[in-house]
Amino acid sequence: MKRFGMPALIGISFLICIVPSWLGWFSNYIQFIITLIGINIILTVSLNLINGYMGEFSVGHAAFMGVGAYTSSLLTVYLLTENPFFGKAILPEELSILIFPISLLIGGVAAAIFSLLIAIPSFRTRGDYLAIVTLAVNFIFKSSIENIDAIGGPRGFMGMGKVVKAMDNLVSFPWLIFWTFLIVVFSIFIIRNFVNSTMGKSIIAIRDDEIASELMTVNTRWLKIVAFMLSCGLAGMAGGLHAHTVTFINPSSYFILQSTYILVMVYLGGMGSLSGSVISAVLFTILLEMLRPLDVWRWVATPLLLIILMLFRPTGIMGSRELLDVFPKLKKYFSSLQERLTNAFIKS
Amino acid sequence: MLLSIKDLVVSYGAIQALHGISFDVEEGEIATLIGANGAGKSTTLWSIVRQIKEMGGRVVSGSIEFKGEDLLKYPPHDIVNKLGITLVPEGRRVFGNLTVLENLKIAAYGRRDNKGIEEDFKRVFKIFPRLEERKSQLADLLSGGEQQMLAVGRSMMNRGKLMLLDEPSMGLAPILVKELFENLAKINQEGTTILLVEQNAHLALRYATKAYVIETGTITLSGTSEEVEKNPEVKKAYLGT
Repeated sequence: MKRFGMPALIGISFLICIVPSWLGWFSNYIQFIITLIGINIILTVSLNLINGYMGEFSVGHAAFMGVGAYTSSLLTVYLLTENPFFGKAILPEELSILIFPISLLIGGVAAAIFSLLIAIPSFRTRGDYLAIVTLAVNFIFKSSIENIDAIGGPRGFMGMGKVVKAMDNLVSFPWLIFWTFLIVVFSIFIIRNFVNSTMGKSIIAIRDDEIASELMTVNTRWLKIVAFMLSCGLAGMAGGLHAHTVTFINPSSYFILQSTYILVMVYLGGMGSLSGSVISAVLFTILLEMLRPLDVWRWVATPLLLIILMLFRPTGIMGSRELLDVFPKLKKYFSSLQERLTNAFIKS
Repeated sequence: MLLSIKDLVVSYGAIQALHGISFDVEEGEIATLIGANGAGKSTTLWSIVRQIKEMGGRVVSGSIEFKGEDLLKYPPHDIVNKLGITLVPEGRRVFGNLTVLENLKIAAYGRRDNKGIEEDFKRVFKIFPRLEERKSQLADLLSGGEQQMLAVGRSMMNRGKLMLLDEPSMGLAPILVKELFENLAKINQEGTTILLVEQNAHLALRYATKAYVIETGTITLSGTSEEVEKNPEVKKAYLGT
């Protein structure tokens, strides 16, 4: 599994997501859902680092997503398109393919810097302060954006559609799905390696017993800040993707409701389980779409499902285990497959 | 003199916990601090490792010297990494969601010499072979005795010169306590000085060379453990004979 399983899994999901979209077999709606699933995976996996592995409680993940969304879309719209906010385009449309990923990255960095401003004061103290602070951050973000008229204020901001269209005109390729896919893989890879390193284990140690980990000379405050920044940076990148997928954003897109969705996905999947996060993000996104005919009743059905989940499986789908821990047979199968493949490889 | 504490006053808010205690620990010995609940034993240990702030307290005055150097100058992580003073906290406090080996790895968090860390794993496993058998098990699934072994093993990972133990016998079956203390004596013979805080005075006095009796924040009696054991007051109050 270690050597072949992951690349194989990534390759297969790459083929499933991108090729049919590229060839036009998937309708725009299905492509939209696939992108949304990817974005939700990034958000869930990254929040799991804070709430699951580190044991802190952040309830304002959407605010960091929003920072990334606004930063990257302001950047692309400002640079690449003619728009009512900034006037003429500065760079030719042809550069959109290059500028788009850079803007996502800058969105992520902006979110990480923003999170640093939150982290420095809130990790001075221990306990539940982060929950209160992040809740406040969510309100601060919404009110601040609403009061900046230059970027639309409460009316929202748009023009990202043109950027996406420009990329598509240049080379016909499902760019959004492609970048979402890459960032999903990147996020899972980086968080998986992080939590398996000594640093990541120290984060779990902080969750178990903060004072004891300090006795072991773990620099708890610094580690918490690093993990928080990493998580929020990834959320910022997800925000950039989200903004370009929905092509219209307003401050309330990144408010409590969105934060709650991310929280629900984390708890649905299981705290401290990356595969659980991925599974729950996929299931939850599809479920929300399937419940669309229920209209307003969707907001009743979803919490109801959460209550049922908490009653019958309070640890979430996976608990704190990973997929291969739950299905040891699968692990055996993969390792024997790997052996056979290695042997075949040596023979040839 | 390895550790020497002079007129240490520590308070939690308005409440003074230590009213100026003084005592010394010499290199290579096992010293013990005995006393009842709330006498200030744990407070003393947390002050030595400079974590008293985390417990809500503060060193008001007095000095703690380690090898003639003022300890209060050093930040908490240097106390462990540079000076080699480690604390095995009361109630074990192992990291339940990590395996035994990961617990030991975290204990070597401040170190970068992988070879030395490997050697120290071996050293810990030699004294506690049980831990090697349970290497990849989660610490939460260990028995109380094994958890205490892990807590002691964790503090061995920093090649401590001085090991502070806070109530290591708490919650353990008598046979396990005996085994643990035998192992502590072994660690001591390897060159680690031990300062032991115990409520179980009988046991502490049997293994220690020097003893201090602490009562409501002041040291009332000190001497070799034989002397302290023979003291009629101590007999009446702590040994129950």
